[in-house]
Amino acid sequence: MTAHVKMDAPDRRNRLDAMAQGVIGEPLDRSEGALKVSGKAVYAHEWPVEGLCHAVLVRAAISRGTVTRIDKAPVEAMDGVLAVIDDDRLLRNPAQGTANKAPVQGPRKIFYIGQPLAVVVAESFEQARHAAQQLVVETEAADAVLDPEAETLEHERPKGKQTSQGDLDQAMGAAAFSIDEVYRTPGHSSAPMEPHAAIASWDGDRLTVRASCQMLKYNRNELADALGIKPENVRILAPYVGGGFGSKLGIAHDAVAASIAARAVGRPVALALSRRQVFETTMRRSESRQRVRLAADAEGRLTGIGHAALVSQLPGEKFSEPVTQATHFLYAAKNREIVHEIVRLNLTCAGSVRAPGEAIGMTVLETAMDELAIKAGIDPVELRKRNIPETDPEGDKPFSSHMLASALDRGAKLFDWQRRNPVPRSTRDGEWLIGLGMSSAARVNMLAEAEAIVTLSAGGVRIESDMTDIGTGTYTVLAQVAAEMLGQPMQSVTTVLGDTDLPPGPGSGGSWGASSTGSAVFAACEDIRKCLAEKLGCVEEELTLKDGHAVTANRRVPLAELLADGPISVRGVIEPGKTSKEVRQSTFGAFFAEVAVNEVTAEVRVRRMLGVFAAGRILNAKTARSQCLGGMTFGIGMALTEELIHDPRTGAIVNRDFAEYHLPVNADVPQLEVDFLEERDPWASPIQAKGIGELGISGAAASINNAIFNACGVRVRDYPATLDKILAGL
Amino acid sequence: MRPFDYVRPSGLPEATRQARAEGSAFIAGGTNLLDLMKLEVMAPTRLVDINRLDLAECASLPIGGLRIGALVTNSDLAADERVRRDYPLLSRALLAGASGQLRNKATTGGNLLQRTRCYYFYDTSAPCNKREPGSGCSAIGGATRLHAILGASDHCIATHPSDMAVAMQALDAGVEIETVEGITRSVPLSDFYRLPGDTPHIETVLEPGDLITGVVLPAPVKATQIYRKVRDRASYAFALVSAAAVVAVENGTIGSAALAFGGVAPRPWRNHHAELMLAGERPSEKLFEAFADEVLGEARGQGGNDFKIPLLRRTIIATLKQATEESQ
Repeated sequence: MTAHVKMDAPDRRNRLDAMAQGVIGEPLDRSEGALKVSGKAVYAHEWPVEGLCHAVLVRAAISRGTVTRIDKAPVEAMDGVLAVIDDDRLLRNPAQGTANKAPVQGPRKIFYIGQPLAVVVAESFEQARHAAQQLVVETEAADAVLDPEAETLEHERPKGKQTSQGDLDQAMGAAAFSIDEVYRTPGHSSAPMEPHAAIASWDGDRLTVRASCQMLKYNRNELADALGIKPENVRILAPYVGGGFGSKLGIAHDAVAASIAARAVGRPVALALSRRQVFETTMRRSESRQRVRLAADAEGRLTGIGHAALVSQLPGEKFSEPVTQATHFLYAAKNREIVHEIVRLNLTCAGSVRAPGEAIGMTVLETAMDELAIKAGIDPVELRKRNIPETDPEGDKPFSSHMLASALDRGAKLFDWQRRNPVPRSTRDGEWLIGLGMSSAARVNMLAEAEAIVTLSAGGVRIESDMTDIGTGTYTVLAQVAAEMLGQPMQSVTTVLGDTDLPPGPGSGGSWGASSTGSAVFAACEDIRKCLAEKLGCVEEELTLKDGHAVTANRRVPLAELLADGPISVRGVIEPGKTSKEVRQSTFGAFFAEVAVNEVTAEVRVRRMLGVFAAGRILNAKTARSQCLGGMTFGIGMALTEELIHDPRTGAIVNRDFAEYHLPVNADVPQLEVDFLEERDPWASPIQAKGIGELGISGAAASINNAIFNACGVRVRDYPATLDKILAGL
Repeated sequence: MRPFDYVRPSGLPEATRQARAEGSAFIAGGTNLLDLMKLEVMAPTRLVDINRLDLAECASLPIGGLRIGALVTNSDLAADERVRRDYPLLSRALLAGASGQLRNKATTGGNLLQRTRCYYFYDTSAPCNKREPGSGCSAIGGATRLHAILGASDHCIATHPSDMAVAMQALDAGVEIETVEGITRSVPLSDFYRLPGDTPHIETVLEPGDLITGVVLPAPVKATQIYRKVRDRASYAFALVSAAAVVAVENGTIGSAALAFGGVAPRPWRNHHAELMLAGERPSEKLFEAFADEVLGEARGQGGNDFKIPLLRRTIIATLKQATEESQ
């Protein structure tokens, strides 16, 4: 049986609210949490596979050129070495999210420093690593393009990403208050805790890969395409993924090289990227140069918005960081000019890193809004509230829901914003200057096609999908949807994920995983309820399911009795429809931060931070909160410390380890507060839930940077706000 | 990582003898060496494991002072009651470095000998005079946020990353060394490290086979001790600049002042000449500024680290201010 729901109309029934089990939205622990913290959850590289050998990638040491010769023989003769491979199918860079086909391949032409050129296979990991380090690759270097702002570079302007409405120049000229500034954000790395890793094994023509991937439906096709084999011959298993943040959206070097190597040596092969290789070969967030122009009338109402972004990418890649994505709809202004430009560089491939677009675009727009608020003498919260549009300012579409004003008000109250002194350098604690800052949060909301099979049997419920859990709580939230709909205690629900043999889901990315796959589970459960109602001779709406029993009118029947003749299994399918086009869908929120800036050294410490979020129905208050805590922590890193530092002459990422790529550590992260606004968005999904994984980062860094200005009067327009950028102004 | 021999000597004579041969290296905590070996930045052919030698004790000396065995871990040293009472800046410096797990393994001798964190020293595909003498310095003209403003040369601008050594430098520590001949010699820490000049690969006065057996701290003086570390994040980051101060103020004038600085030079930096300016003077902002200017007289930025000059100046002044105020 298949239950197919196409989201062509809003679903205002709020059916989950009418159920009786009482688990939806509850702050339940992740079902697999204990396995993970006790080391029992088996990650890609840890599977005990018989006859396993190990592979290590060899990197390019130049940024552009060609491979002229690889001296394989001396390395092939080394202890334990099984093969030295420079197969044409090795990837240049990982696939972009949802690519569904192989990315650029071929290890002869070098496009960036660190590009994998060969793979060495040996009996042990240590032998493979040593041998890889000895492999001499002769290259012929060509001039590399490394500076995104070099004047000679051609700027591409992709169609459909530019907006020109009214006359911005005229608005700027006539404005009572205006801002025209250039801001910069650096490259970032996803830096997941689990490095990208795979174990590949062949059985005849059939390939099984245990991998660390976010989007299995696409990854299977990408891997098959890269290898030149049929997708039906590929199975990918990824039951646990130790973080991805976008860097595992598309198939990457590990899975492809391990598969090629396993074929070549006729044995299973394990390949894990070293931490350095994660930095050099997996997706980076492009650096950006952003010019923002804001024109406002005397009351602070925006009359013009200009946002021109310049980002970089390797030659031949379609993706580019969609910096201005939220600028299109966040604030009203009649005159608008939004520009998106791309330059081609010889740096590590740019791709999705948590909240591509909004993470840096909102951060810069919200920094500029703070500058405008100060110039106009209007409270930053009030300035934003004055500019919330009635409808999408570029398409005149209605918003599916719009909770920005509520989030701003709620946040200001919870954070005691009124205590902020708008005059910089007016609050002090010993050597430390104290400041408060805020910013709006917004992230586009997306629904994706998803399938899941739900089976209700006398023993409980089983959910199956190729959806992944990348540390987000997918196992638990899907179980909560089914438990609520089918009246089951949580322990009776089993969720099986991360296997391409299971029904295809959209994977984890774009914050759409829980709402999309949750909707597929919901659709299946609704049909199962109809079957049960039929068995009981009642209408489905009158059926109450709770604690494994069905209740209708004055009858209470154990479900096991109704299922005596066999389980009920339904394939639920959710398909995006007209609601994705007819309305503008976004999640909203607000960030508030208090920082201390040391007056001697310009060191910055975040003292407290609050995020208020509206993301539709919250499926699990604990896992949702954790997502937001993670996003805000990313925001602290983006504001203060995180930056890919490239050697200006070679393009090499010089800080390619956790000692020098400064992610926030515990001591950098103060008590973070997360508050959710009660919301049901009927346009978003049949479960009224929206995306949440990326909202917590989308604008977060600006609240911290704005607080720095309030503390010490120094405006940093070049992220991150490291102490050297503040020191000169103190 | 290259294949290597591994030996575990049972006594000092055997240890120094085993380590004398070219390509040998001692290993204690291994928190730095093993990383460097995996990257083939260092490729010793023989590791001499000294962990079972009897060097893990901290002993009070009869004449006052403390002898810290080379194998005393950073965690144990930071927690030692005598250190916390008599040399609190050492305890603070230790706790400002690395992470809890690393400090549990890292040893006193190893900490002194940890290698620079220069990006290019860690990149075997880039020239580095420290790694491959004569190959050139990639840091000059490159990314230089971490690099030295004092004591560097045209051949190397790397900094020494230790916090512990900076504190010890301000405490006038001595390094106790066992030679292959079985002689124990003591070298003041201020003479222990060599400036890079045109031989940046030679970092200390140690000869082949020489083993650090301990660090001796002189008897504590009555003074205010401060360790101030400035870094890019609140924990687990090397110092951009750090300042260790041991300052005594008596009757309104500075009796003695010892200051050492980290993150700015190839070794824990101390300027004895400048310290003479402080002794016998009344504490004042003007005095501190003059001292800072003297320390920074020869300072030279490389572009990416230019900010360290004003940063160290401000840190010196604030540290002296705090030390003299607390000492009154």
